[in-house]
Amino acid sequence: MMLLWLILIPGLGGTLAWACGGRYPDAPRWVSLGALILDLPVLALACGAPSGAWLDRLNLPWIPQLGINFELGLDGLSLLLVLLTLLLGIVAVVISWSEITERTGFFHFNLMMSLTGTIAVFLALDLFLFFFAWEVMLVPMYFLIALWGHERRTYAAIKFFLFTQGSGLLMLVAILALAFVHQSETGVFTFDYFALLGTKMAWSTEFWIMLGFFIAFAVKLAAVPFHSWLPDAHTEAPTAGSVILAGVLLKTGAYGLLRFAVPLFPHAAMAFAPTAMLLGVIAIIYGALLAFGQSDFKRLVAYSSVSHLGFVLLGIYAWNTLALQGVVVQMLAHGISTGALFILAGALQERLHTRDFAQLGGLWNSLPRLSSWGMFFAIASLGLPGLGNFIGEFLVLLGTYQVKPVFAVIGAFGTVTAAAYALLLVQRAFHGKPRDVAAPDLRARHIAVMGALAVAIIWLGVAPQKVVDTAAPSLAALRASAVTTLADGAP
Amino acid sequence: MILLLVPALPLLASAILVLSEGRMSQRNIALVGVGAVVLSAVIATLIAITFLNQQEQSVALTLWQWVHIGNFAPTVSLYLDPLSLVMMLIVTIIGSLILLYAAEFMEGDEGYNRFFAYMDLFVAAMLVLVLAGDLLALFVGWEGVGLCSYLLIGFWYQDAANGLAARKAFIVTRIGDVGFMLALFLLFTQLHTLQIQTLLVQAPNSWAVGSLAATLTAALLLTGAIGKSAQVPLQTWLPDAMAGPTPVSALIHAATMVTAGVYLIARTHTLFLLAPAVLAAVGVIGTITLLVSAFAALNQSDIKRILAYSTVSQIGYMFLALGVGAWSAAIFHLMVHAFFKALLFLAAGAITMRLHHEQNIFRMGGLATRLPLAFWSFLIGSASLAALPLITAGFYSKDAILAAAWAPGGAARLLWLGGIVTAFVTALYIFRAVFVVFFGTAKTEVSGRYGWRVALPLTALSVLALVGGLVETPPVLGGAKIFSRLLAPVFGAAPPPAPVTLILFTSAISLLGLGLAYALYWRIGPRFAAWAARPAIAACRNFFYGGWAFDELYHALVVAPFLALVRVNRHDVIDRFYTGIAWTCRWLHRRLGALQTGQVRWYASWLAAGSVVTIAVAVLR
Repeated sequence: MMLLWLILIPGLGGTLAWACGGRYPDAPRWVSLGALILDLPVLALACGAPSGAWLDRLNLPWIPQLGINFELGLDGLSLLLVLLTLLLGIVAVVISWSEITERTGFFHFNLMMSLTGTIAVFLALDLFLFFFAWEVMLVPMYFLIALWGHERRTYAAIKFFLFTQGSGLLMLVAILALAFVHQSETGVFTFDYFALLGTKMAWSTEFWIMLGFFIAFAVKLAAVPFHSWLPDAHTEAPTAGSVILAGVLLKTGAYGLLRFAVPLFPHAAMAFAPTAMLLGVIAIIYGALLAFGQSDFKRLVAYSSVSHLGFVLLGIYAWNTLALQGVVVQMLAHGISTGALFILAGALQERLHTRDFAQLGGLWNSLPRLSSWGMFFAIASLGLPGLGNFIGEFLVLLGTYQVKPVFAVIGAFGTVTAAAYALLLVQRAFHGKPRDVAAPDLRARHIAVMGALAVAIIWLGVAPQKVVDTAAPSLAALRASAVTTLADGAP
Repeated sequence: MILLLVPALPLLASAILVLSEGRMSQRNIALVGVGAVVLSAVIATLIAITFLNQQEQSVALTLWQWVHIGNFAPTVSLYLDPLSLVMMLIVTIIGSLILLYAAEFMEGDEGYNRFFAYMDLFVAAMLVLVLAGDLLALFVGWEGVGLCSYLLIGFWYQDAANGLAARKAFIVTRIGDVGFMLALFLLFTQLHTLQIQTLLVQAPNSWAVGSLAATLTAALLLTGAIGKSAQVPLQTWLPDAMAGPTPVSALIHAATMVTAGVYLIARTHTLFLLAPAVLAAVGVIGTITLLVSAFAALNQSDIKRILAYSTVSQIGYMFLALGVGAWSAAIFHLMVHAFFKALLFLAAGAITMRLHHEQNIFRMGGLATRLPLAFWSFLIGSASLAALPLITAGFYSKDAILAAAWAPGGAARLLWLGGIVTAFVTALYIFRAVFVVFFGTAKTEVSGRYGWRVALPLTALSVLALVGGLVETPPVLGGAKIFSRLLAPVFGAAPPPAPVTLILFTSAISLLGLGLAYALYWRIGPRFAAWAARPAIAACRNFFYGGWAFDELYHALVVAPFLALVRVNRHDVIDRFYTGIAWTCRWLHRRLGALQTGQVRWYASWLAAGSVVTIAVAVLR
């Protein structure tokens, strides 16, 4: 039952925040913060009784006529991602404290609903429930961008909506197709993940359904060539929105690939792997090139996400333990480092009302704290050994090298291009001719957030074993489920 | 466990300085920043004494399991053997002297705290690099020193040019690091470990001499070494790196970090022995580099750039030594070079800090009597660099390299020839600087005075630059073998010493260089300058001055295309596709919307037209 509470608490918290926001503008912040913090011990309790790779399972009937159940499961992979969601959720609430002053109730409702949907996505084991959670996660994000965003928020919000809805629709079609194929094979109409695993189907059927899932998740992961919604959405979203988008929402795409797109369709996925890996390395280089060319702080960071997530895509389709562990670490590290950079961009925007490099630069003198934190996370972002991103990228490349050395070679050059854009960011925002700005430096609230994120990224960099051990059983199970199906014989 | 303190103390000091956010007084900052490294040097010395008095030839200390995935299990571990011992002593002792100097040199700078935070972080990272027992841990130090190099080259961030130099240094070395990283992938995939000592044992068992895997690995490691040690073709970042404060140039870009490539090759020399072709390439690259940069040094006018090109050239000697398998000679020259080049940089800094930061040697002049301490230090450093016979340390170390290059005979003699020509040019370019800077008429006024924190390091390094070579001398001059015996457990027996005639010849060459410098830049100075100003000669000198146009070449081949690509695609051509769809939809919307006129006649005619077409299609099919 803990899994149900895990979803209910932020959901109810969000509703309560909306309800009390009208009369007490400050209350939604406290309610949301409280709900998210309360969710942490619930998450810990949920890990109580592990069986196999699963730490906790829950299965309630929902629409039995259609074979739809309310089925949740928590394994190491989802544990790490839910933890990331909660922590970045807390960070998002904290840094919105002074930034969001209008309609705080509705803002926090949307924020919390988006987080609720995300948590449900990471837990759902019924494909229909998964789709439902997917929509719950995206619609509130549309409102966050459209209502509290920056200058071009309407354009960005509509673009975000079209991309995600289009891909969501594609996913729905693919889910239904899979369920029907399963029914014609076994006579049972179900959306149950475990039942659908190992469904036998014709090669072309498997390939097309797999492609439907892949495109849906690739859009969410912002893989080239489906990435172009990301820079607009990330740039125009309010800071909390950017943090959640980059830190957590993108990861649902990677999670979907790991949990569904490969294990459900192992033959097709295997045939498709080289293409997917190629898209991954293209994203690494292409994203970095675009990041280098930007003149907007947030846009640069947004494109750097495209590059970082290229590593994730590359690692998923390398599909060996090293690469998959790299994917997990890279997801967490990217969430932290990019989240931190978006927060700093937000802090700059709040102080100087601009994100344009032409009006930034030379801030080190007047804002030494903000600038040094910016440099720290830029350096984390370029993959300096000792910080989390390096572990992720190195493991992905090492794993890829064992499968397709040429992709590892090209991907390794991504570390050079990453240095180019990350150091350019430092130069154009913080270094250069001193500029006098009459704005206060970071205050205690931001410093605390930055410090916590820094500790997390250093911890990931020097002692990632805890993460590796947590993810190991679920990654092994995912690999095994794909391998069993393959061993079952050709479709 | 006490070994851990050596890198941990500077790291701790750096953390303290960062967290204090510059709230401490400059006195306390220096106390923490310099004190930690001095303490670390003292501990290193104590460790060295114990180590030399014990039986074991190495000490390994595993700190923690970094990560463990299947058989990928790199550890964070320290490994002390004679090679890392020598490197540790160089880093901590030279580091202490340079930091002490910097405490005075940087006085009054608003970034005083930041400076020592970065410098201490550098020392810690460099110690990780030399003490790491695992290649992945070594890579942490490797990238860490690269980061500190970036931070300190761009230390005076107010000037955008410094930032550019800093980024150039980081990115160019990172291109080499891609090779390093790929070498790690290859090593792990083939040999299933990254533990250095295990690798060195396993590689000869698994790989034949000259096999593809061994050749590829060695070549990739060499790529990393070339980037870090500023060898041709990745040497272009080092002269620009002089944008950093002078103590930075002395510590990072002369004594320690830039020699990390030499250390890496020496450390993994077993792998290079399995790849004779790559080993030969090491020697050839070294020789090309030392020639190219010696001629560049001869034509500089900025005192720091002279020394920068000289550093590139001297590391070329070390690569030459590695290329002919004279591992211990390479490390010997690494150590002696650290002495005299740190001394030269600090002496140059001692000049510029009294000359309102004037770095152009042609605006100095006549400083021998005005700045006696700087003069004598610079002179001793120059003598050691030029390898003046008997009295200087550089003589013994360079002699060992040239002897090793001579010994195998055959094509290796070409490397020797390159070395001997450069020995001549080296004496010429450095004494050119000496004569121009210290003799003749004074052109800039001298101000201020030195405290003990500048005088002590200069004196100590002067002594080392003179007598530091006596640990290893040719048989005819005493035949001391302290250094090569110390390193014998790592490198095996040293190559045969040089014949006496060779020693006499090399001595004569360096004296000849000194003599020519005296003649050209002092005796007939103005007449020579007039000759050198002739168009053909000046064009040639300009070519050398610009570092053989490597920068222009790379700009045309790499930088400009990259920037053009970025500029062309700034707005993301893929996004155009999607906006194109949106545009098409809107266009269709307008067109189709225009049909909704509200006129019944209009609709009726469309109905009629549609019916006609439908019937026509049905009938004609």
